[in-house]
Amino acid sequence: MKAVQVPHLDALEAESIHIFREVAAEFERPVMLFSGGKDSIVMLRLAEKAFYPARIPFPVMHVDTGHNFDEVIDYRDRRVAELGVNLVIASVQAAIDSGRVVEETGPRSSRNKLQTVALLDGISDGKYDAAFGGGRRDEEKARAKERIYSFRDEFGQWDPKNQRPELWNLYNGRHKRGEHIRVFPISNWTELDIWQYIEREEIEIPSIYYAHRRPVIKRDGMLLAITPFLTLLPDEVPEEMLVRFRTVGDATCTGAVESPASNPAEVIIEVAAARITERGATRADDRISEAGMEDRKREGYF
Amino acid sequence: MEMLRFATAGSVDDGKSTLIGRLLLDSKQIFEDQLEAVEKTSREKGFDYTNLALLTDGLRSEREQGITIDVAYRYFATPKRKFIIADTPGHVQYTRNMVTGASTADLALVLIDARKGILEQSRRHAVIASLLRVSHLVLCVNKMDLVDWEEDVFNSICEEFSEFAAKLDIPDLTFIPISALNGDNVTTHSDHMPWYGGPTLLYHLEHLYIASDRNLIDPRFPVQYVIRPMSNEHHDYRGYAGQVSGGTFRPGDEVMVLPSGMTTTIAGIDSFDGPVSEAVPPMSVTIRLTDNLDVSRGDMICRPRNASVATQDVDAMICWFTERPLSERTTYGIKHTTNNARCQVRHLAYRLDINTLSRDESATELNMNEIGRVQLRVTAPLFVDEYRRNRMTGSFILIDEGTNETVGAGMIIGTDA
Repeated sequence: MKAVQVPHLDALEAESIHIFREVAAEFERPVMLFSGGKDSIVMLRLAEKAFYPARIPFPVMHVDTGHNFDEVIDYRDRRVAELGVNLVIASVQAAIDSGRVVEETGPRSSRNKLQTVALLDGISDGKYDAAFGGGRRDEEKARAKERIYSFRDEFGQWDPKNQRPELWNLYNGRHKRGEHIRVFPISNWTELDIWQYIEREEIEIPSIYYAHRRPVIKRDGMLLAITPFLTLLPDEVPEEMLVRFRTVGDATCTGAVESPASNPAEVIIEVAAARITERGATRADDRISEAGMEDRKREGYF
Repeated sequence: MEMLRFATAGSVDDGKSTLIGRLLLDSKQIFEDQLEAVEKTSREKGFDYTNLALLTDGLRSEREQGITIDVAYRYFATPKRKFIIADTPGHVQYTRNMVTGASTADLALVLIDARKGILEQSRRHAVIASLLRVSHLVLCVNKMDLVDWEEDVFNSICEEFSEFAAKLDIPDLTFIPISALNGDNVTTHSDHMPWYGGPTLLYHLEHLYIASDRNLIDPRFPVQYVIRPMSNEHHDYRGYAGQVSGGTFRPGDEVMVLPSGMTTTIAGIDSFDGPVSEAVPPMSVTIRLTDNLDVSRGDMICRPRNASVATQDVDAMICWFTERPLSERTTYGIKHTTNNARCQVRHLAYRLDINTLSRDESATELNMNEIGRVQLRVTAPLFVDEYRRNRMTGSFILIDEGTNETVGAGMIIGTDA
């Protein structure tokens, strides 16, 4: 018998490619959210594979909080140029400057909530009817309930109790004008799958995912990088440590972990042995409450 | 590493969440911060023990009501396999979630409380697994600790269930006596039940042979997307992208394209990673044809002597998901493979009582969570196979054209008018 076993990364890849093609075929204006983080980098590679040898037939959008790591922005611009795709920037700073939103102040302020406004504005300005996101169901328990095609009403809201049943590989993307569908092609991937794929496919990712020395402070059990956007508390003294990032988001609320892992193979060993989820370890934004993610998602967050 | 998808069914009291919690905990998939949050909530609510169900009940209203509302997907891996669990609620009103979870499952795991024996609900789970053609069914007889680890209790439950299952279409049925709370026979053998010589649940999940569950006989390739780069480098390139839904495809194979019925050969099978010498399910590839035929999304590439049936008349079992009942002469949107069309319900043959398997031929409509056999007339031909032969080309969903909701799931039985 041929092809007796299908390796799990091949099965996951085939499913994701199917989803990309389905959306490209059935929607008028899809867009892909791309942050330069590892999940969206894997997603971009899958999109590249789905349409090969043609170019990716939709633009990518970065919801930019203005609090970025330089390495990530460099990577983003380089990759987008390589693939010849259009980059749309939905800017939180622009929303603040225009007075559409008011920024929190103080050392613990975050632009996390403001991202939702920039994202929804970006989607409606571009008249996008589908937006690919890099959410994974293993990340968080509200996400575990998310469909691959996640329906959003005219306000961008998610109604977790009233989701469309999703069977086989038959996705229902029907919607009315003004509504849209969030599509999660890597729903079934885990953090470990992502790293195994990065290793197998030899995908380059921003250097901050691997061990490097950098000044950090400890706050609320997390290591936060010293950046121009971080306001120190009176008793906080920066300390240089060997760290890497497990997730990459807004620089003010993404924590680093102490780690000597300098390549995918070493990260895989570390992830397999990790005892804390990646969001729990490194995302101040998720620590709001037990239902923090559900509440933000209901309002239209990623 | 291979991947196994399984669906769990059972009610809150059967210990389903405890079992899943146990599998995740013992395979080290539960992280300290998750366990900490659950322990904290359990203490605050005044429970005597850590309620592992809180790990899987992710929505605020689920935690408030102490029930699982929606399908939740869980992930764990051992050195042997990666597992995806579709955790589905067992309440009567949520049959649609069980159907959803079972639609992509290789295996269904049904939990039975050893003290209560086989309930109506257990039968219903088995019927749904059988309808959805889940090839492997595992019946876990749980809470063996509460019946003094008695072999007789286990045996009589197995006997009763086997008798019922004989009326269904379940190719592989396995019984395992467990205690999810203590972990007996979940990941390690139980010292309490020396009379049981079978595998632990985890061993069974790790070693079960699933490769032959895919259809590798009948070549089926629903065209999903036409790739035309329109670049100087690939000026005349025209590739048909899709996911192989059955059989094998190789360069040089003679193929037939539906609906035109034209035949040609495969010039090449492409992927980002280079040419593909053999494409099998579930690979997503791009097929190039030797002759320049008119092929577009929704068409089906198959073999001249082994093709899907092109038909506008579909005979199917339908599971109904929504409050407004399915009734004769109503029109719905239908999605089958990569085809979208409209269809009218011509006739409701019967409603199936999934507890007794009896057929009510006097039924005039299907209510939410009911299953019945219908004849549909579709606006354009679909290229179909019997669901029992091919889950991908034998399934469809029905969509309400007013609300855009997915209102029904269908499994094709025949193609007669």
